[in-house]
Amino acid sequence: MSLTVLNAIIAVVIAIGFAALNAAYLVWAERRGAGRIQRRPGPNVNGPLGLLQPLADGAKLMTKQLMIPGGADKALFMVAPVLAMAPAIMSFVTIPFSDVIVAKSMDVGVLMIFAFASLGSMSILFAGWSSRNKYGVMASVRAVSQAISYEVPMLITVITIVMMTGSMNLHDLAVSQAGGFWHWNIIPSLASPLMPVSFLIFFICSLAETNRAPFDLGEAESELVAGFHTEYGSMGFGLFFMGEYANIVIGASLITILFLGGWGCPFGLFPSVFWFLLKIYLLIATFIWIRWTFPRTTIYGLLNLSWKILIPISLFNLLLTAGLLKVF
Amino acid sequence: MNPTVALSQAPGLLTADGLAGVVFLIMLATTIIGGIIACNAERLVRAVAGLIVCFIGVAAMYYYLNSPFVAMMQMLIYVGAVCITIAFAIMLASPEENKKHGPAGPLSGPLGIVTAGLVTFGMGAMALKTDFIPMPKINMGTVENIGVELLTTYSMVFELVSIVLLISIIGALVIARQGRSK
Repeated sequence: MSLTVLNAIIAVVIAIGFAALNAAYLVWAERRGAGRIQRRPGPNVNGPLGLLQPLADGAKLMTKQLMIPGGADKALFMVAPVLAMAPAIMSFVTIPFSDVIVAKSMDVGVLMIFAFASLGSMSILFAGWSSRNKYGVMASVRAVSQAISYEVPMLITVITIVMMTGSMNLHDLAVSQAGGFWHWNIIPSLASPLMPVSFLIFFICSLAETNRAPFDLGEAESELVAGFHTEYGSMGFGLFFMGEYANIVIGASLITILFLGGWGCPFGLFPSVFWFLLKIYLLIATFIWIRWTFPRTTIYGLLNLSWKILIPISLFNLLLTAGLLKVF
Repeated sequence: MNPTVALSQAPGLLTADGLAGVVFLIMLATTIIGGIIACNAERLVRAVAGLIVCFIGVAAMYYYLNSPFVAMMQMLIYVGAVCITIAFAIMLASPEENKKHGPAGPLSGPLGIVTAGLVTFGMGAMALKTDFIPMPKINMGTVENIGVELLTTYSMVFELVSIVLLISIIGALVIARQGRSK
C-alpha cells in the first residue's frame, strides 16, 4: 500500500519535472531552430550555446507583476492559464515511456489523454473571453473551432488503430508493435493498406491541435496582436507557453506509441526508454522545422482541409480497415 | 454496507475506507459547488465554467465507482464537446452580453421555496426509507464488458439511441441548409 503511494508521488514529481523541463528547453530548441532556419543566431549569449537562457526567461517571467486588465472577469482570467497546464501534466500519468516506466497503466489510456486534452480548448476559450479584448475573443473562437474540427479526424484515426490492436491501453498498443520497424503501425499491412495516410492525418491533426504553425490561427500575431493571450503577462503567459510545449511532447508521444512502435528499436534489438525519447525528440524537431518553414494558412483553408479532406479520408480508412479486418 | 452504521463503528479517517469516504465527499462537494455556480452565475460563460466543474465531479464519481470508461466518456463528451459547443454558441451570439434578468417565472418567490422544500423532503424520505441492498459486482466495467453488454443485452436501446442521433444530425443539416439559402 505505502509502496504504491510512494510510486504515485514519485510518478507525479517526475511528470511535473519532465513537463516543466521540456517546456523550458523546447523554447530554447525552438528559438535555436528558428535562428538556424532563418540564418541568424538564436539565443547564444547566456551560458554555453545559450543553454542558460530558459532559466533567465523563467526568472524574468516569475518576477514580473501579474496584471489583470480593468474589465476582465477576474476568476476566469486567473483560472485559464492553470487550466492550460494542468491537463497536460495529467496526461503524462498514463504515457508509458518504456515497458516499466509508466505511472499508471490504464485500460482507457488513449481516451484519458483525449479527455484531458479537451480541457485545453476550454482554457483558450476562457482566456480569450475573460480578458475582454476583441482580439482575444476572435482568437479564441478561431482556436476552438480549429480544435473541434481537428479532433474529429484525429479520433477517427485513433479508432482505426484501436480496432486493429483491440486495446485502448497505450502499453498494449506499443507492445503490439514490438520487434522491428516492419511491425510498426505506420507500415501498411494486409488489414490496413492506408496506414501511412493515417499517420499523415494524425500528424497534421496533432500540429493543429497543439496550435502550431502552419495552423496557429489562434495566435496569429500579424492579425490578432498575440491571439488569445494578448492580455496575459508574467507567469500567466508563461503557463500558456509551458502548456503548449507540454502538449507538443504529449502529441509526439502519442504519435510514437500509436504509429512508431513506442519504445521498440527499429531493428528489434534492446527496446528501452532511450528509443522512445529519441523518437519523440525527432518528431518535435520535425514540428519545429515545419513551423519555421511553412507560412500560416488562412482560417478557411484550415477548416476546409479538415472537413473536406481529412475527415472523409479518415472515415474511408476506418471503413476499409473494418472490412479488411473482417475478411482476414 | 449497511447505511445505518453507528458513528462509533464508522471507519477511522486514516484507514483506507475512511480516506475513500473523504475522497467521495470531495467529489460530492465539487459536483454540488459546480451546480450552484452554474445556476447562480450572472454571466453565461461563468455558468458554463460551473457546469464543467460539475461534470468533472460527476466523472470523478464514475471513476470512484470503478468504471473508468464511463468517466472518460463523461469528460470527453460533456466537457470536451457539449460545454465547448455551449460556450461557442454564447460567444458567437453575444460577445458583449449585459447582465439582463428575464421576467421571473411562476415558480419564483414563495411557490419556489415550497417546491424546493417538497423536493428536498421527498428525496430525503426516499433516501432514508429505502432498504439499500448491496449488489454483487457484475463485471469489471472494462471497455470490453460494456461493449458486449451494449451489443447483446441492450442492443435495442443502443440502436434506438443511434436513431435519435441520426434524426438530430438530419435536423441540424436541414436547419443549416435553410439558413444558407436565405
